[in-house]
Amino acid sequence: MRLLKDAFGRRVMGFVTLIPGLLVLLIVIGLFLKSKTILGVEPLSRLLFSSAWHPIKGQFGLLPFITGTVWVTVTALVLAVPVSILAAIYLSEYAPRWVREAAKPMVDLLAGLPSVVYGVWGVILVVPFVGNVLAPFAGVYSSGYSILAGGIVLAIMTFPTIIHVTLEVFSTVPQALRDASLSLGATKWETTRHVVLRKGAPGILAASVLGFSRAFGETMAVLMVVGNVPIVPRSLFDPGYPLPALIANNYGEMMSIPRYDAALMMAALVLMVIVLFFNVLARQILVRVERGVR
Amino acid sequence: MNAAAIERIGQRKRTDLFFRVLATGSAAIVFVSLLLILGTILWKSVPALSLSMLTQTPKGGFYLGKEGGILNAIVGSLELAFGATVLALFLSLPLVLYLNNYKGPRSKTAVWTRFFLDVLWGVPSIVYGAFGFVVMLALGLRASLLAGMLTVALLEFPIMCRAIDEVMRLVPLELKEASASLGATRFETALKVMVRQSAPGILTGILLAFGRGIGDAASVLFTAGFTDRIPTSLADPAATLPLAIFFQLGTPFPEVQQRAYASAAVLTLIILIISLAGRAMSRKATRHVIK
Repeated sequence: MRLLKDAFGRRVMGFVTLIPGLLVLLIVIGLFLKSKTILGVEPLSRLLFSSAWHPIKGQFGLLPFITGTVWVTVTALVLAVPVSILAAIYLSEYAPRWVREAAKPMVDLLAGLPSVVYGVWGVILVVPFVGNVLAPFAGVYSSGYSILAGGIVLAIMTFPTIIHVTLEVFSTVPQALRDASLSLGATKWETTRHVVLRKGAPGILAASVLGFSRAFGETMAVLMVVGNVPIVPRSLFDPGYPLPALIANNYGEMMSIPRYDAALMMAALVLMVIVLFFNVLARQILVRVERGVR
Repeated sequence: MNAAAIERIGQRKRTDLFFRVLATGSAAIVFVSLLLILGTILWKSVPALSLSMLTQTPKGGFYLGKEGGILNAIVGSLELAFGATVLALFLSLPLVLYLNNYKGPRSKTAVWTRFFLDVLWGVPSIVYGAFGFVVMLALGLRASLLAGMLTVALLEFPIMCRAIDEVMRLVPLELKEASASLGATRFETALKVMVRQSAPGILTGILLAFGRGIGDAASVLFTAGFTDRIPTSLADPAATLPLAIFFQLGTPFPEVQQRAYASAAVLTLIILIISLAGRAMSRKATRHVIK
């Protein structure tokens, strides 16, 4: 009886273990089947590289949305990566113990805040800041609902991801290496730069890639501050319209216009494929790191 | 030592100081942004926060600035996140137990499953929403509490697996061997030894997933619908807090936007409570852990 239970439990658990792989496959297939109707009519190159977005006329160029996504994500990363890595350096190399202990729950909390809350905060504080302070400072007009506002909000959202992974990477650098460097008369910063950063470089790269894949799929927070105008943005102060925002904004009307839903599912598929690509990349890097450490 | 060498040491010390200040400043930026977010949301919400806001459902014209509250969204969100978390737990726990009890850490199954979990972890919630929507269409379902629960469960699944897996990997081999030597089957070891040993980690995982589930808007946008009533069955559409915030902020009336701030404060407080409760409870659950 107990053996029977064991055999049964093993089967069930073994089956459940197949779910993640199946789910990834199912999502890709499901989205692909839904977007097939539009792939049959329009060539893929026109869908991806045309900037004409007129659903009523049956033109579905995703270029403005793809460039919007890229602009917002790159802005966010340019802001987030240096700050997060320096903050991680502070926490792992300079900070006294109690600061490090106190910092952990705060980073976790920052990671746990819902994206809508970030969005509301962005609307209250970041959008006016960009519109009334930064844009006049740069000598341009902007309503504040812009790529830059989206980038700032998104950067803060990616802080915890990058800090977390970077801290983990730094903690794998043996203390003995640091001590050796310090005993040769290197300053703290020289030790950090030549020992910790060099040892941790691939890990930092992986952290940034993970931050990237977290940032570019973010929907609600960005949607609320980025302006949502379907044009190819020319500057940081222009509004943009990232892919996730496109999907979220138009779910209501997508059934009424032919092939609209297929175009949106196509957008979701593009997101999914990019996620897959960057995960494989991050994994390759991390595997190499692990081999290096061992 | 000649003057040039002393100057060089001074130079190096100045560089060191410069980067020390830069790193400290960066850490300060991160924590100031957290405080700024919490502070702004709570401060802005004070004028609109009232008891009726928490205890009433929206009356007619609520979105034009009339009477009512967001009870529908609070209850909807809690129900949805609760259901999704239970579903996700029923998937995650067997999976993680299987990986750690039946399969070696370097086996192909374990490596590939963890890879796919990482992929799923990175899938944007809007893609889950779109996928849920595709499945709903295929099955002929309408937007409902149940569809929302299923979608959010998919979203929570990888988060929970990762959190639980991290602690279960740490269960010492000796403990499993001790259990086996007493004649326990692997299944019994899994249920009675491993679950108990990693109870604090499982709890953390559950709360982490619950927090993510209750705060996510993009995945329920297509699947759970929105309504002014409190859902009475799984087939009813359900309102959720994040969407309530989003819709209220989208109206042109300042009174309603104020309420969006208040709703955001409610959501933030729920998240704060969850994370504090998580800390307290995981300390309690360590009672059964053998060190």
